[in-house]
Amino acid sequence: MSNHLLSLTTFLPILGVLLLLFIPKDSKGVLRGVALAVTVVTFLVSLPILTGFQTNAEFQFLENVPWIAAGPFVMRYNVGIDGISLWLVILTTFIMPLAVLSTWTAVEEKVKEYMICLLLLETGMLGAFISLDLFLFYIFWEVMLIPMYFIIGIWGGKNKIYAAVKFFIYTMVGSLLMLVALIFLYFKGLDAGFSNFGLLQFFDLRLDPATQTWLFLAFALAFAIKVPMFPLHTWLPDAHTEAPTAGSVILAAILLKMGTYGYVRFALPLFPDAAHRFTPLIATLAVIGIIYAALVAMVQEDVKKLVAYSSVAHLGFVMLGVFAFNTQGITGGMLQMLNHGVSTGALFLIVGFIYERRHTRLITDFGGLSKQMPIFATIFMIVTLSSIGLPGTNGFVGEFLILLGSFESSLRWWAVVASSGVILSAVYMLWMFQRVMFGELDNPKNQTLSDLNAREIAIMLPLLALIFIMGVYPNPFIEKMDPAVQKLVAQTKPLGMSARQMPAMQMQGLPAGHPAIPGMAVPAVEQATPAVADPNEVK
Amino acid sequence: MDMITIPAVNMTPILPEIFLSVLAMALLLINVFIPSGQKSYLGYISFVGVVAAGVLVGAGWGAPVESFSGSVVQDNFATFFKIIFLLSAGLAILISDQYMEREGCNHGELYPLILFTVVGMMLMAAGTDLMTIFLGLEVMSVALYVLAGFNRANLKSNEAGLKYFLLGSFSTGFLLYGMALTYGATGTTRIAKIAAIVGQMTVPSANIMLVAGMLLMLTGFAFKVAAAPFHMWTPDVYEGAPTPMTAFMSAGPKAAGFAALLRIFLVALPTLQVEWSQLLWVLAVLTMTVGNITALRQDNIKRMLAYSSIAHAGYALVGFAAGNGTGAAGILFYMLSYTFMNIGAFAVIILIGKKGEANGTVMDFAGLGFKQPALAVAMSVFLFSLAGIPPTAGFIGKFYLFSSAVQKGYIWLAVIGVLNSAASVYYYLRVMVYMYMKEPTEDFEWTRITPPIALSLLISVAGTLIPGIVPSVILQFAEQAVKLI
Repeated sequence: MSNHLLSLTTFLPILGVLLLLFIPKDSKGVLRGVALAVTVVTFLVSLPILTGFQTNAEFQFLENVPWIAAGPFVMRYNVGIDGISLWLVILTTFIMPLAVLSTWTAVEEKVKEYMICLLLLETGMLGAFISLDLFLFYIFWEVMLIPMYFIIGIWGGKNKIYAAVKFFIYTMVGSLLMLVALIFLYFKGLDAGFSNFGLLQFFDLRLDPATQTWLFLAFALAFAIKVPMFPLHTWLPDAHTEAPTAGSVILAAILLKMGTYGYVRFALPLFPDAAHRFTPLIATLAVIGIIYAALVAMVQEDVKKLVAYSSVAHLGFVMLGVFAFNTQGITGGMLQMLNHGVSTGALFLIVGFIYERRHTRLITDFGGLSKQMPIFATIFMIVTLSSIGLPGTNGFVGEFLILLGSFESSLRWWAVVASSGVILSAVYMLWMFQRVMFGELDNPKNQTLSDLNAREIAIMLPLLALIFIMGVYPNPFIEKMDPAVQKLVAQTKPLGMSARQMPAMQMQGLPAGHPAIPGMAVPAVEQATPAVADPNEVK
Repeated sequence: MDMITIPAVNMTPILPEIFLSVLAMALLLINVFIPSGQKSYLGYISFVGVVAAGVLVGAGWGAPVESFSGSVVQDNFATFFKIIFLLSAGLAILISDQYMEREGCNHGELYPLILFTVVGMMLMAAGTDLMTIFLGLEVMSVALYVLAGFNRANLKSNEAGLKYFLLGSFSTGFLLYGMALTYGATGTTRIAKIAAIVGQMTVPSANIMLVAGMLLMLTGFAFKVAAAPFHMWTPDVYEGAPTPMTAFMSAGPKAAGFAALLRIFLVALPTLQVEWSQLLWVLAVLTMTVGNITALRQDNIKRMLAYSSIAHAGYALVGFAAGNGTGAAGILFYMLSYTFMNIGAFAVIILIGKKGEANGTVMDFAGLGFKQPALAVAMSVFLFSLAGIPPTAGFIGKFYLFSSAVQKGYIWLAVIGVLNSAASVYYYLRVMVYMYMKEPTEDFEWTRITPPIALSLLISVAGTLIPGIVPSVILQFAEQAVKLI
């Protein structure tokens, strides 16, 4: 299927920026309206991508035109999506209008520049998700940094400059090392007869283990900073705390996914042997992240910081699932990426609502809000439960699949430890909810708080709907991504695996529509587990 | 008495140089008749002259034409560099007027001196004989010494001129010594002949005189391109010199130094590449690191950009150390991009500055982002490009340079390069922090932007952004330019 839908979706926000440039900076209402309209239109334009997507493992909506050709380098504007990037593209276009709405009244200063930054950011993120050319991906990956840096640095809180610079430099260091690896990979590709930066051909290039190790480390570092994985996560709480609501929402819902998406799309299929070799290390860091972030979240006094740490924990689950290298794990990881986008995005919106009313986020300043704000309390409760992963909400499906997948892989013991993270998340989230919403409404400043207005409810409704839809009936989501996930599992099979073990491995892939039946996969476990563990033993 | 027979000389290869020299001399004469308040007209004339010279130079693109018995050549390599020189001169002329008026030193001699510098640089790029290159270097340097000290009334400018002169002459001595030793070892100063003779040596690296000559020439040029550890003059000279001249100096003459270096080392001494590329490896690492680390602590923005320009010379040396076609093409592309982004940044500095070189710190950019959004956006483009962040020419240039190192197998050099690049982000971002994230000071004055500076900013932004998004054309020109050497 060949048309320009992907490009149109990606660059529509840039057209919006051009439009905004001609609107006087004092007409704030018009600026907001136009920005909202542009993001909504972008979302609507992206819907045909979803409906037109054929459920198979192929990349679709391909566009491939020459871009740069000089000396040894050929870069092409090569874009397309498969079941993995499809949902992230839709998530992005879906979250953006909500992000614009969320700071409708909170950002009063420099509205024009703010909206321009948001729209530029949207183009950068979409571009990174659709790129099938390594160089093009890198460009979008870096371009994303600039608007986010300004969003945190200009419209952020007290400590905004520190947070913005830290965010920028952390990400820069990682991505520049990735750039060197990318160049090295390209020259390896030239040796193998490739002629451009096209990503897909590199999947067939099985480099020797030593080279893979170095390249994997460079890519993994860049992505690990973005995820962020323990111990590289320290920029995140700062960035989240200081960013304005929309910034936090986008950061949590989409930008962090860049890291995990990077693993799924690049680090794993490009360097499968190295990825297997480092699985114990990465899984350990992921589990440490889950437990550590949960413990730190528990003692936070600032609601936003608490949510930020919960992000670190959730992303730890995603990493664990991805590195299980089986269908359940990766499907769970992908699903959890979407879930986290919805739930944590919603949590940051909620924090934004009360911050806008009270200009504080300290838990001790609140208490008993449920009496004053019943609608808010209900919504907050649902989102909290979804974040914890209560069955019936979206969070459950993802976490369950991740734990199932990793339990069946070589990461059994990691899965066992990680399970305690589920309990811990219930502890810190519910405890926070209790202290903020229940108890005595004793603070006089809280006694006059107004409940959510129509705009705020309108922002939350789509998210609430998704929480339940994805929780009760996740099949459409899983169905679309399943072939791509199966392909990834096949691509990342360890080198030492014999042909006889392969079918068993693929059998593990659940038929679409029955994602969460644990019994299904049990027979395959015995065969698959030693195979996955192979490279670790080699080491 | 015997008549000296003059060989038939083809003047076309040096037509642009002749044109500019004549124009410069004419301007010196015209200057006498122009009243002191209207020296800007000289600037306009010289700008038109630079554009015309650009047309002459551009017409020479194609097959190489030798002249003066093979001591000067008109080839694509020289042409590419000549365009860089003319661009840097043209932009420098555009940003000079407003600054010189403000500082009260808009003397007419400025413009002829800039043109003479360009002539010298052009000869450096076109010279295929060590003597031609040396003459070009001297013409360039002498004019530059005067330009650095052009603001007579300002002590710092005087200091800059004198310092540059003293250290510059010293380094010229090294260079000349190196050339003499090379001549001693090979018996010729023609670059092509040196290559042939060195190529016939069984073990060229055992020829002490040749190696010493190479080292001394490298030292001389390392001084000119401000490579560590021969960079000590740079911060003081860049800070003290009139800002437009700092901009000019950091772009054109640096490129000229690289032009001569590339031609001598890649054409005359490729057989010694194993030796000199190791040396350049070290030099590149040292230059990048010293430049970036020192720049981190600077408050004075001219000084900061001076150190950053050292770092940028280091990035270019990465491509030189690689010594392959990609590296050479990368240097050409980078020098071109650097001309746009650096002169652009200096143009903004001129606009922020006040009389007597006041308002020259990073803090003086506070609040610019929302008081003068267009100016701040332009500055951001330059800074992002200097930091090597896409989609700018600075990124493509760095990508090319680091790629050449990877291609050559110098992975660690590339890694050190990118880490340096990451460190540099901090001080470039710092300016942006002040522009966008700090409140303006009470006495924020709206900056008057005269048409020439506006034009220079426009050219610089276009020259920074367009090659960043669609670099193919320029990269292909650069690749063609280095095919000959």
